[in-house]
Amino acid sequence: MLEIRIHGRGGQGAVTAAQILAISAFYDGKQSQAFPRFGVERRGAPVEAFCRIDDKTINVRSQVYAPDVVLILEPSLIEAVDVTAGLKKGAPIIINTGSNITCAAFKDFKVHCVDASKVALEIFKADIVNTTILGAFAKVTGVISLDAINKAIEDRFTGKPQVIEMNKQAVKRVYDQVD
Amino acid sequence: METHIPERISDFVNNGELDCEMIYVESEHSALSAALGSSAAGVRSYTATSSQGLALMFEILHIVSGMRLPVVMSVANRALSAPINIWNDHQDSMSCRDAGWIQLYVESAQEAVDTTIMSFKIAEDHSVMLPVMVCLDGFTLSHVFEPVDIPDQSVVDKFLPKFVPVFRLDTKNPKTFGPIGYPDVFMDFKKQQQDAFAVSAGVIKKVASDFNKSFGRSYGDGIVEAYELDDAKYVFVGLGTICGTARVVIDKLRKEGKKVGMMKLKCFRPFPDKAIVDALKKADAVAVFDRAVSFGQKGPVFSEIESAFCDESKKPVIHSFIAGLGGRDVKLDHIELAFNRIIKEKSSITEWLL
Repeated sequence: MLEIRIHGRGGQGAVTAAQILAISAFYDGKQSQAFPRFGVERRGAPVEAFCRIDDKTINVRSQVYAPDVVLILEPSLIEAVDVTAGLKKGAPIIINTGSNITCAAFKDFKVHCVDASKVALEIFKADIVNTTILGAFAKVTGVISLDAINKAIEDRFTGKPQVIEMNKQAVKRVYDQVD
Repeated sequence: METHIPERISDFVNNGELDCEMIYVESEHSALSAALGSSAAGVRSYTATSSQGLALMFEILHIVSGMRLPVVMSVANRALSAPINIWNDHQDSMSCRDAGWIQLYVESAQEAVDTTIMSFKIAEDHSVMLPVMVCLDGFTLSHVFEPVDIPDQSVVDKFLPKFVPVFRLDTKNPKTFGPIGYPDVFMDFKKQQQDAFAVSAGVIKKVASDFNKSFGRSYGDGIVEAYELDDAKYVFVGLGTICGTARVVIDKLRKEGKKVGMMKLKCFRPFPDKAIVDALKKADAVAVFDRAVSFGQKGPVFSEIESAFCDESKKPVIHSFIAGLGGRDVKLDHIELAFNRIIKEKSSITEWLL
């Protein structure tokens, strides 16, 4: 089972990102589960969302304490919260940032920086990275396909063909940019 | 009203996928009153609620059950204030355990869907005619995304034909519903309700078995569900989603050679004392997990399981664990710790997993 923790700020759509990830996994024929850290959400405050992906039925219902992957939607969160808490050694950390972040806390992990905000600003004219960053997740982990993410986007934005097209473009662009 | 459920039902109605009338009301008291009225008029009726909303319905809960109206209601189990808390525990529905409703608890979103379909068939059976609460953990199920198979309408229609009321409000054939019950009749009505509960256990099992035949899914016998129970010496007992977490712990401890298992209590009302005794009598020790407290007593499920064994000469040591109140996360470690405690302890303990 793959356990994913997403760090974002209230309003950035960390919960939506986890949900779209779970739907994508479903379209790839896997079992999945997505849920937020249940709190009272406030705009701008640090929020967390979780996703589990497995080939078998997922029975566990507790929160995620030892993630296999961490996604960070906003680099200032690295100072604000313990983003590597419980993260397995050697695990990937995917960060939405324009600079190359290197810090001592990340030495045991594999850091992947990608400027999803820049891509989002170009395509949406707004800093919306919750779907965009999933392109990086697909590339780095190889766990879900771009096709599946595209289907999940079609699901999520039914009846809004333009929004669907822009999201697909953004995901693909980040997929191509990240190493 | 619980948010996600009516929102999605609104979608179904709007998209023409569900042929029903949706009534918008100003409070939970009114929501259940509207369901009461429509059910009395002979229409299949459903509502959903949670925590304070259920508390506000309390007066009407007894009226629906006393009038023998087969309303089905989802309860997204959440804590009752104070302190203000919107997260998961079972205090809300456990506080309504004597309101005359059948209570079924579910472990997954799929079980919630399936149990809702089964509940109409149980409630509307003419030998039962009791309302049913489908209790699903608030947030842990009500706000989680996971794959669910929503069965085809045609298959459901075959399994669950049109509702046929025993009596209905009809201007052409007038009847009085819910009038005063003087002391010379009131108690007889209550005895009939109690007798209907006695009959309902058999109907729940029959419906669960028929559901399995039609849909290929089952949850024990509809009353209790066993997991690794046959040779288990140490047994976890719980309701709802913590049973899923317990399965993972049991798999781990089994690999270490520990004889552990689970009895999931799906049906809390009617209370299945015989099924529970049968399931647990071979065990050495039992850990009952309650996500509610009867203040001044112990966990409600614990107390009732203990009393189910009062006439038995051989019984396991039954331990009480209070866990997961107000959204406190129930971790794998909590359940493992409970198993390790009951393996060691020789006499009954009560422990709050803080």
